[in-house]
Amino acid sequence: MCLAVPTQIIKLLDNQMALTSLAGVEKEISLALLAEPVSIGDYVIVHVGYALSKLDEADAQKTLAYFTELLDEENYTQTRE
Amino acid sequence: MKLNFNEKVDLTIGAGGRAMYQLLNQLILQEFDNEYLAQQSDQAILPPLDGKLAFSTDSYVVSPLFFNGGDIGSLAINGTVNDLAVAGATPLYISVGLIIEEGFPLADLRTIIQSMAQAARNAKVKIVTGDTKVVEQGKGDGIFINTSGIGVIADGINLNSSLQVGDKIIINGSIADHGMAILSKRQGLDFASNICSDCASLHDLIAHTLQIKPQIRCMRDPTRGGLSATLNEWAHFYKIGINLHEQQIIVEDNVRGLCELLGLDPLHIANEGKVLLICAEADAHQVVAQMRQHPLGKQASIIGEITSLDDSQVTMTTTFGGKRRVDWLSGEQLPRIC
Amino acid sequence: MKYIDEFRNSAVAQQLIKQIKLLANPQREYRLMEFCGGHTHAIHRYALNQVLPSNIKLIHGPGCPVCVLPIPRIDQAIWLASQTEVILCSYADMLRVPGDHQDSLIKAKSRGADIRIVYSVNDALELAKHNPTKQVVFFAIGFETTTPPTAHAILTAQKLGLTNFKVFANHVLTPVAMEAILDSDEVNLDGFIGPSHVSIIIGANAYAQVATQYQKPIVIAGFEPLDILQSILYLLELINQGKTEIINQYSRAVSAKGNLAAQQMVSQVFKLRDEFSWRGLGSIAKSGLAINENFQGYDAEKYWQIPIFKTSDVKACECPQILRGLKQPRECKLFAKACTPEHPMGACMVSSEGACAASYQYRID
Repeated sequence: MCLAVPTQIIKLLDNQMALTSLAGVEKEISLALLAEPVSIGDYVIVHVGYALSKLDEADAQKTLAYFTELLDEENYTQTRE
Repeated sequence: MKLNFNEKVDLTIGAGGRAMYQLLNQLILQEFDNEYLAQQSDQAILPPLDGKLAFSTDSYVVSPLFFNGGDIGSLAINGTVNDLAVAGATPLYISVGLIIEEGFPLADLRTIIQSMAQAARNAKVKIVTGDTKVVEQGKGDGIFINTSGIGVIADGINLNSSLQVGDKIIINGSIADHGMAILSKRQGLDFASNICSDCASLHDLIAHTLQIKPQIRCMRDPTRGGLSATLNEWAHFYKIGINLHEQQIIVEDNVRGLCELLGLDPLHIANEGKVLLICAEADAHQVVAQMRQHPLGKQASIIGEITSLDDSQVTMTTTFGGKRRVDWLSGEQLPRIC
Repeated sequence: MKYIDEFRNSAVAQQLIKQIKLLANPQREYRLMEFCGGHTHAIHRYALNQVLPSNIKLIHGPGCPVCVLPIPRIDQAIWLASQTEVILCSYADMLRVPGDHQDSLIKAKSRGADIRIVYSVNDALELAKHNPTKQVVFFAIGFETTTPPTAHAILTAQKLGLTNFKVFANHVLTPVAMEAILDSDEVNLDGFIGPSHVSIIIGANAYAQVATQYQKPIVIAGFEPLDILQSILYLLELINQGKTEIINQYSRAVSAKGNLAAQQMVSQVFKLRDEFSWRGLGSIAKSGLAINENFQGYDAEKYWQIPIFKTSDVKACECPQILRGLKQPRECKLFAKACTPEHPMGACMVSSEGACAASYQYRID
């Protein structure tokens, strides 16, 4: 597989580089593979020091909302029982 | 002549002449100051001891030499103190062997010696004898330190290993801090983080815990190879099955973050301020409560138990409710990309 | 850790497992291949295989670039590292992988070869800048995910006029390998848990062939445990309804077309090899990449006459069957006996991502 993790951009640097943070661990990475613009606060998926893509936060929230729904349904059923 | 700490260690220091004498008098004897070292003989003559002796040695080679939370000096003292303390011993005397590479900055040496002295004072041990050698440039990695230590085990302290199913595994806090603090500073990785080594001497915490006279079966400090190495050593030596609960094991956020980035498992990563112990089920909660009163035991918790007396394996109930093997680390823990 | 921890929530996992149990038809088996080693690792790491219904069989595919690299290529890397003018840079994953006679890069290093572990190909570029009298060779391995960074490094070297930077290219392609597995007659799969990070680059559409020609549903899945469970849920739905679609579960990172800029860089620098050998799977046509003629100044295979080594896989090793889902690691005679992570005999034991290594590391006797 390819180990890649979502990290947050905390600073944009020269030469298509950026400083990213994951739980307070900071690392300079390259943005050279991204065509789309990124800004501070965005999450990017990083592999071997390169951002592979920008994380679509709205999309992630949709998946997470579905997860919350699953939990709510369960709680609802449990209360009714 | 006063030592100039802007200079570097050269071969004359290790040659036994005047330069060596200066280093001893102006740095080492001053910092490690105690009546036994002051005898300046080839050996320390120590008073008689009452009780069984614990004796241990360890050599310290670490890169980088200075890291967040400590340096090779504090590591060398705390490491040997801990090796004695986990036997239930009160650490008393330490010997120090320094092997320094030619060209090593004297200022760095001073920092390391001062940090050893400080660690020894904290642990209430005396550095009573030592030796310094200098090797040619290229034949050492800055500085290597060997420490040996003697401790005495008071009457009534009895770690017995008659293990039972249901005995609890307890640790005094988060894991993997030391190993990841070192790795984050290693050349070529360039991660910036505030990960702090847990490097500390555990004798006081252990003494505090033993005060309530709990039925502790065995104790160990899970250093190299991390939690998984110590638990697997126990499982194989005592032929016991151990099961851990992932949910109960604390890993600090930044440590987890770096482990994610490098593809490493915190269970395999070194600790330098943790004591792992097996204790009778009946006493486990009291032990945890007692440990939590001590600054080094605030996050103490029960992380697992002995599940059988005949199968020599370590397993873990994952946060998802499945069960998996916790194996020893294979080879060296290297950062992964896949 | 935002966007990681939420996808490891155990309460949600219980719900997903419940849904999976509801959907799984007890009358049949579901044979699902997770292509990526990352999925294999997560499945074992979180013991997902134990919490799923027993008629869902997870079959571990060949998606670990370290595992599938054939032994002769490792021997060639060791040869390169042993040249006096060379500094060989490698991802740490490759260091302990045994070549012929259990030799490895880490052993070559102990014999004096200048081998450096790098976290990024950029670190190799830096070394080339600072060591102008040396030839800095980057041992490039990996799937589509890892190829664009290598391509970018070669383009950067060209821009900087670095003449002492070389790449030993071993990049391989995912969909072709999937198709090669499906091509063998005995293979019996109902669907794929599709690659996460490979798909970020190549896009969800890249698996169209797998879905249409081979009639297998595929769900592109993130590497976190909830991603995997949700993807299994989707696969069960598709299989129950007899559909062979591509669903993109990992849509927070993967688009339909993928990262076009990265794809463009790769096609600029690399070209398809006629064939490339995969450890455990044998030779697969058009499955590997070589450096383009326009960039041959950076090609280690052009700069040196690297000897061709002919080491073959161990005969008794069942990796070819395991990688095709025909056998389980435990069914191999060598597993956990002659073949362990310390002394791997076959591809699947080589890296912790491999099917056998994961089974070994997380096994319960």
